[in-house]
Amino acid sequence: MDYGAGNLVSIDQALTTVGADVVIARDLDGLRDADAIVVPGVGAAEPAMASLDVAGLTGPVRDWAAGDRPFLGICLGLQLLFEGSDEDGARTLGVVRGRTALLEGAPTLPHIGWNQVVRARPHALFDGIGEGADFYFVHSYAGVPTTAATNAILATTEHGGTFVSAVARGSLLGVQFHPERSGRDGLRLLANFVDLVRAA
Amino acid sequence: MLRRRVIPCLDVADGRVVKGTRFVDLVDEGDPPELAERYAAEGADELVFLDITAAPERRGTLLDIVERTARRAFIPLTVGGGVRSVVEMRDVLRAGADKVSLNTAAVADPTLIERCAARFGRQAVVVAIDAHGAEDGTWEVVVKGGREATGLDAVAWAERAVGLGAGELLVTSIDRDGTGAGFDTGLLRAITSRVHVPVIASGGAAGPDDFVAAVRDGGADAVLAASIFHRRIHAIAEVKAAMAAAGIPVRLVPEAVA
Repeated sequence: MDYGAGNLVSIDQALTTVGADVVIARDLDGLRDADAIVVPGVGAAEPAMASLDVAGLTGPVRDWAAGDRPFLGICLGLQLLFEGSDEDGARTLGVVRGRTALLEGAPTLPHIGWNQVVRARPHALFDGIGEGADFYFVHSYAGVPTTAATNAILATTEHGGTFVSAVARGSLLGVQFHPERSGRDGLRLLANFVDLVRAA
Repeated sequence: MLRRRVIPCLDVADGRVVKGTRFVDLVDEGDPPELAERYAAEGADELVFLDITAAPERRGTLLDIVERTARRAFIPLTVGGGVRSVVEMRDVLRAGADKVSLNTAAVADPTLIERCAARFGRQAVVVAIDAHGAEDGTWEVVVKGGREATGLDAVAWAERAVGLGAGELLVTSIDRDGTGAGFDTGLLRAITSRVHVPVIASGGAAGPDDFVAAVRDGGADAVLAASIFHRRIHAIAEVKAAMAAAGIPVRLVPEAVA
């Protein structure tokens, strides 16, 4: 999905490379034949939500994600699943209970570079990827699920403190890192996502 | 734990990779997307393209190279050189870059940093600082590829750039660039002790020990080099092995070919 929040070339190319049939959707019409929605993006929540509103996509995307249909949020695309953002006070989709907050105790911000993703439980999204593998991050905020939503936590990462770097709840998946920029392991993760969608 | 990055830099002029000493005497060293793919396979953590001619009429060439690279190398790409406006930055990001580095234009109009950060987020804005050591032990910012002095103190400019919205700094010692004399760790430490954004060290790499010194003594989060990689004097895996041996966390790519 293109809502003006960053680079689509790399996610388009990465998904195509692992065998997905990619359509860049900019409105409801673009989602008509979709089996899964991938929401990439970097930056702040407020302008992103404004773009979704203008495109008439806020309701449809919320319903899609809340309806347990195949969904992958990447970076900002994951953060938007929470209820709101401390970065600019934006109200976001609210599909996962919790808020997006500044990384606590981080020695450097933004958190830029490769860091280890430690799984909280096994999941097919990480099939064939070594435990504690490195993925590429570029962000200052991350989603903090409420106590009731901690069962959605799929993986965590350390940068000063510990933050949630992947969530999974049924068909709803989100990663704080950028698989499309994380070399071979990143492509493997996207291939696993495509396999999950095909099996759904 | 966050890894310290090793970043090959591709100086691009008219669609080819070039490298000179102190930004002059350019020598052709290859096709950018091809080199980028090779570096990604060899374990590069990220890539930087610096368009060092950046004549406005040749802008299309750069965007084409950025897109071809983004479609071949699945690692992050930062593009700099001659970006002077929010619109130019948008075009480079749309072509597939993850970050854009601002240099001369940001010195001329510091509000450019603020405007780009507001539009694309600070994580996409790298401010490149070219610094020249003064006799009194401070560093002065130079622009236009090192040809023009500005009178700005490099450390003060670094702090201001971060205050305006820079998410990362690319700090080049013009005195060391292309000389193989090692990174200016004094300059790096002066800046890393004052800012909390990641700092990329640049200018002067000759061997693996220099990368270790840039992190250990300079406090750099990432280390950039050009010639020693292009000319295969040292492999990325060799540099990372030296960093790991010195206790620096790096991303080891087992399948990397040296």
